[in-house]
Amino acid sequence: MTIKPKTTQNMKTENSRRDFIKTSAILTGGVLTSPFVVPGAYASSDNHLKLALIGCGGRGTGAVFQAFETGHPIRLVAMADAFQDRLDKSLKPILDKYGPEKVQVPKEKQFVGFDGYKQAIAEADVVILATPPGFRPSHFEEAVRQGKQIFMEKPVATDAAGIRRVLAAAEIAKQKKLNVVVGLQRHYQANYRETIKRIHDGAIGDIVGGQVYWNDGGVWVRERQPGQTEMEYQMRNWYYFNWLCGDHITEQHVHNIDVANWVKQGYPVKAEGTGGRQVRTGKDHGEIFDHHVITFTYEDGSVIHSECRHFPGAANRVDETFQGTKGKVYLSAGNHGNLSDWKGNSIYTHDRENNANPYQVEHDELWAALVKGDYKFADAENAAKSTMTSIMGRYATYSGKVISWEEALNGSVDLFPEKLAWDALPKILPNEDGFYPHAVPGKTKVI
Amino acid sequence: MGMSKTWVFIILLFLTLGEKDYSEFNAYDQSIEGTDLYFSMVPIPAGSFIMGSDNSGFLDEKPAHSVQIDAFWMSAHEVTWDIFELFVDKNYELAISEGPIGDQVDGLSRPSLPYLDMTFGMGKESKPAVGMTQYGAIQFCHWLYLKTGVFYRLPTEAEWEYAARAGSDARYFFGEKSSDLSEYAWIKENSEESTQKVGLKKPNPWGLYDIYGNVLEWTMDHYDPNFYKESSEINPLNPSTNLYPRVVRGGSFKHSADEISASRRFATDPKWKQIDPQIPKSQWWFPEAPFLGIRLVRPLETPSEEEIQAYYGQAPIDDY
Repeated sequence: MTIKPKTTQNMKTENSRRDFIKTSAILTGGVLTSPFVVPGAYASSDNHLKLALIGCGGRGTGAVFQAFETGHPIRLVAMADAFQDRLDKSLKPILDKYGPEKVQVPKEKQFVGFDGYKQAIAEADVVILATPPGFRPSHFEEAVRQGKQIFMEKPVATDAAGIRRVLAAAEIAKQKKLNVVVGLQRHYQANYRETIKRIHDGAIGDIVGGQVYWNDGGVWVRERQPGQTEMEYQMRNWYYFNWLCGDHITEQHVHNIDVANWVKQGYPVKAEGTGGRQVRTGKDHGEIFDHHVITFTYEDGSVIHSECRHFPGAANRVDETFQGTKGKVYLSAGNHGNLSDWKGNSIYTHDRENNANPYQVEHDELWAALVKGDYKFADAENAAKSTMTSIMGRYATYSGKVISWEEALNGSVDLFPEKLAWDALPKILPNEDGFYPHAVPGKTKVI
Repeated sequence: MGMSKTWVFIILLFLTLGEKDYSEFNAYDQSIEGTDLYFSMVPIPAGSFIMGSDNSGFLDEKPAHSVQIDAFWMSAHEVTWDIFELFVDKNYELAISEGPIGDQVDGLSRPSLPYLDMTFGMGKESKPAVGMTQYGAIQFCHWLYLKTGVFYRLPTEAEWEYAARAGSDARYFFGEKSSDLSEYAWIKENSEESTQKVGLKKPNPWGLYDIYGNVLEWTMDHYDPNFYKESSEINPLNPSTNLYPRVVRGGSFKHSADEISASRRFATDPKWKQIDPQIPKSQWWFPEAPFLGIRLVRPLETPSEEEIQAYYGQAPIDDY
């Protein structure tokens, strides 16, 4: 189960700017020759690529729709989820929309429970990994071990132990030339691609600072139901438990932090910050904070300010801004991409009308490569490092300390339960009043 | 007004109104109990008007036809985030309310909290709430009913046009010139690509602010381009069993002056949910409709409790 962490020295090497660019080159560069023989599966009797869905929530179901919407010959052959009811709710719309010819998931190909993913992965050529992120390291490892093509959702882990496993598996995926696309969909959104390409070409000079935000009202809460074991409750209300979710700085804000890394072409060397639980403090709100404010310092000394909060009633802001030596940029998922010089003259303004849906584009590009047998996508390493950046931010707010990249990545605190079973106990448990202990800056040890 | 004229007026009033009690048919402010929030309602008198336009370039506005409308109140402003957010987030409602919110309000089905910033960076205070589905808009009315005991609902398409015209048969309530629209409305030409605070432009003669522009406003109707050829004359309504398309009215900050008129009909588009990453797609939110909001109606004649429950109890339709 455990993979030996890499040495600190190795981590430093991996974090180098040169390495980042090398990884990015795979993302944007041409087709590499691939021994990956899709035809093995593809040339099967009826010429369909076989797909398995691991994690049958709304996002995983949406990803299956996007796979089918590419128009390539795809057959959904297996599904896995911890819960039968979630699997049923996912299968129904897929079957309704795409019909029994493309959707062949009889009862014996529905794998329910903690371990079903192994069998579901074995049924397929291509897998979608879309459970809560705490499971991603083990699911990604297994998919790579079995030599599958992979679409996986962000974030890719919830603690450093998980990140180390994903980084190791990402290396093997490269060796095996397995395509890996990660749902950091801004990488597949035209305004980000067009604008950041221009930044890297020097449109606004060197990036010396920036601000990235995910401030909004928060997400769903699933209240405790009678008869649930502690494990089932946490699995249902997973957003509020770090072993499953990683806190919202990781689960959501990773998108914006990842944009900072993309723009900076590297990962921060340290993080410091503050955060807490100010307005979301109920029994069903687990252990996660409702706000984090971080400064990330990069190798060149430039600083990115990151802010995420779940405060209903307060102002919302979800976007990214950066300042360069020659100008500035505004980016958002609402198709903004505005570059201007310091006199206010526009350098580039992305046309916000009629932009493609990035959730569709990521599948269009992946499946186009898959049907040709091309090897084009190695998103896992950057996704792991951007997820790590968000986790480093959480380590900083939880501990109140300055956290270096090496300390964070080599952190030994493993949040995962010793055993996964409905009657097993997670490591985080409520006190006698039903409230969960949460981090206290200055006291809590995170690494 | 002299005594005799007053009497004539009162007699005429009775002749016109029959037995209905119009004595309370005045503008009022609806407060939200336990908060300092309120919204303003203005009376829209019963009457008839010519709906649609034979001069329009849009075939769906034809034929112009006579329609009779019962009296109702309409909200003077588009519903703002200040109030809508209480409905969206029960914990927020609990946090800012004095005293308990009541079991019925507590148990009401609420929107999924949106995964995106549904203000799209345009701000909340006094700005119209945007991006809700028709189901979400009706459930907001349900929440208001439980909070206030007053039946609020969406306007029918005919009620909307009648109220927007305020007695005028021109392109706009103020006349024909689209170049004047900026005095009355936030539109593409003056909005800087954003919703604006409600009530800053001149109202129409019946006291409705931002009836054109700012945000498109929900109606109850199914969108059928041929509906006017067959629609009934009295309180017409085209009910819908399909999720798309439905009628929204008034234009928005994204529409230019020549796209907006009292008779212009807009239809909802499933594309407004295309970037919803989940399946089934949200029953509550359009992640790509930052230009769509709500204006409330309260009919003068309150329907029966059964009719009210039937209206609020309309089941959502799965969207995928």
